[in-house]
Amino acid sequence: MDLRKIGDNVWEIPKQGEMRVPAVIYSSARLLEDIRRDQTLTQARNVACLPGIERTSYVMPDAHQGYGFPIGGVAAFDLDDGIISPGGVGYDINCGVRLLKTDFTEEDVAAKRKELLAEIFKEVPAGVGKGGVTKLSRSVLKDILVKGAEWAVESGYGRKDDLERTEEGGRMRDASADDISDRAMERGIPQLGTLGSGNHFLEIQKVQEIYDEAAAGSFGLRAAGQVLVMVHCGSRGLGHQVATDFIEAFEDAFGVKGLPDRELVHAPFKSAEGQRYYRAMCAAVNYAFANRQMIAHWVRDVFARVLGTSRGMDQVYDVCHNVAKVETHDSGGRPKRLVVHRKGATRSFGPGRPEVPACYRASGQPVIIPGSMGTASFLLAGTAEAEALSWSSTAHGAGRVMSRHEALRRFRGEKIRDDLARRGIELRSTSWKGVAEEAAEAYKDVDEVVRVSHETGLGRLVAKVVPIGVMKG
Amino acid sequence: MERYRILPHTADGKFQAYGKTIEEAFANAALATASLMWDWTKVEPRARHFIHVRGSDREQLLVKFLGEVVYLFDAKRFLLGKVDGLRIRPEFEGFSLEAVLAGETLADGQELYGGVKAVTYHDLKIEECGGFTVQVVVDM
Repeated sequence: MDLRKIGDNVWEIPKQGEMRVPAVIYSSARLLEDIRRDQTLTQARNVACLPGIERTSYVMPDAHQGYGFPIGGVAAFDLDDGIISPGGVGYDINCGVRLLKTDFTEEDVAAKRKELLAEIFKEVPAGVGKGGVTKLSRSVLKDILVKGAEWAVESGYGRKDDLERTEEGGRMRDASADDISDRAMERGIPQLGTLGSGNHFLEIQKVQEIYDEAAAGSFGLRAAGQVLVMVHCGSRGLGHQVATDFIEAFEDAFGVKGLPDRELVHAPFKSAEGQRYYRAMCAAVNYAFANRQMIAHWVRDVFARVLGTSRGMDQVYDVCHNVAKVETHDSGGRPKRLVVHRKGATRSFGPGRPEVPACYRASGQPVIIPGSMGTASFLLAGTAEAEALSWSSTAHGAGRVMSRHEALRRFRGEKIRDDLARRGIELRSTSWKGVAEEAAEAYKDVDEVVRVSHETGLGRLVAKVVPIGVMKG
Repeated sequence: MERYRILPHTADGKFQAYGKTIEEAFANAALATASLMWDWTKVEPRARHFIHVRGSDREQLLVKFLGEVVYLFDAKRFLLGKVDGLRIRPEFEGFSLEAVLAGETLADGQELYGGVKAVTYHDLKIEECGGFTVQVVVDM
């Protein structure tokens, strides 16, 4: 494939054949080696062929092969001539990350660290087939689908100011429960308020290094050693079913002839089917916001019980990693409404954007990039430059480089636990097999991913955090 | 005859399933899907779900059929252990499939291997060469 270097850490697949726009890849030479090994670049090129795509098909530094769109793919489409695609969002709709700060230091929690993790492990349901603690009725679920995290706060899970510090205020207004199938509801009912399995986790962390004191200060991070809590999960079976349902519905309505990949099936954004998917996707996004809202509430409860108080446990932010949103962006010098697909990518709005909460409007939005299990995670700030570079988007994590199969062959969960313990990191999991599958060695180097993000201007480094306690589903 | 083989895949689960007939290959694909989540050989056929799916082509039929295994697990905690009476018929437009999925309900504390989120079309293949081979990638 024709891949040209067009700047430091920037590569381009020029427009050719059926591509309507070029593809641009933000990557170091080292990360590019991984990216070239699978179908990421072919998928980025396929995305560039979709109707109504604006400017460029973008690939983030942590990209790897996905279904249809690459994971780490960002593409924006014209509202009138463009499309919406479940493959551009992913199966785990609004898989995302929430970060809470605390006023505790590492020393404050040292003696109670084990107990904290054990209590969180008891409180937050996790693992395959593990149901939630709440028995939901269908009408309550519908309420959740429409109101998202607002429902959770109204029901006593968390605080009102959590909502201000969640993308979309924790509620996508275009959601409709009527576009959610019975099957999606049946999968969603038992799983609300659960972490799930796979790469989902909950970590007690500490700040290791602050790179940008002003931005860190506005995010509530003061100094190394400060304790934080990170929650990484999504919309569970409900979101997976929404994606499955609409891939089928789009196939039936529009056919699959001429598609380079069936997972790229799409509908005109303004078509009846396109709008139904959009409203259903928004509802799944809301389910995930409510899910993380409940989990964060239980975490605060545990801190209050074990350490005597949960004061100062403010939410830093909650970001979506898999979503399509209608946003206004600069298109050739004029503002234009576009439907931006971010699949395995984080929104990175810079200073001044009206969508960013007032408290962060000077610094840019907090961008939360989790590492793999037991490794560092990073807090970045959105930048003004990202608007022109990537529709205000950056990376979302480390990205797998090794199959689960291979990881299982090479690693043992119990050994990983012992190694982490030696480094002062407590680990609890529902499955040792799951731990082995998520071994840090099976992932890309997240340090390199955020370095590229910082150097290219996609997102500015603010702080590095490391785990002291890890709970895996 | 080997029922299926799990193949390496970077992010998710991939397998090939085999059969003398397409029905047998589809049934083995359902067991392969189950094998990514639990040991189906230890599941007793205590409960039964009759399923009927339609597909515009054989690929969609397979994706929807395997989607039943995922759905029944998530929504009803149903562990598949056996596929009975699987029949595929051509229809006016596409195909229909009927089968009885036999198995039991997940018990509290029972260990599972992993969760399948969805069945994808990625690298999906249905090939006939003597017998049938189907290849499937699932999102985990």
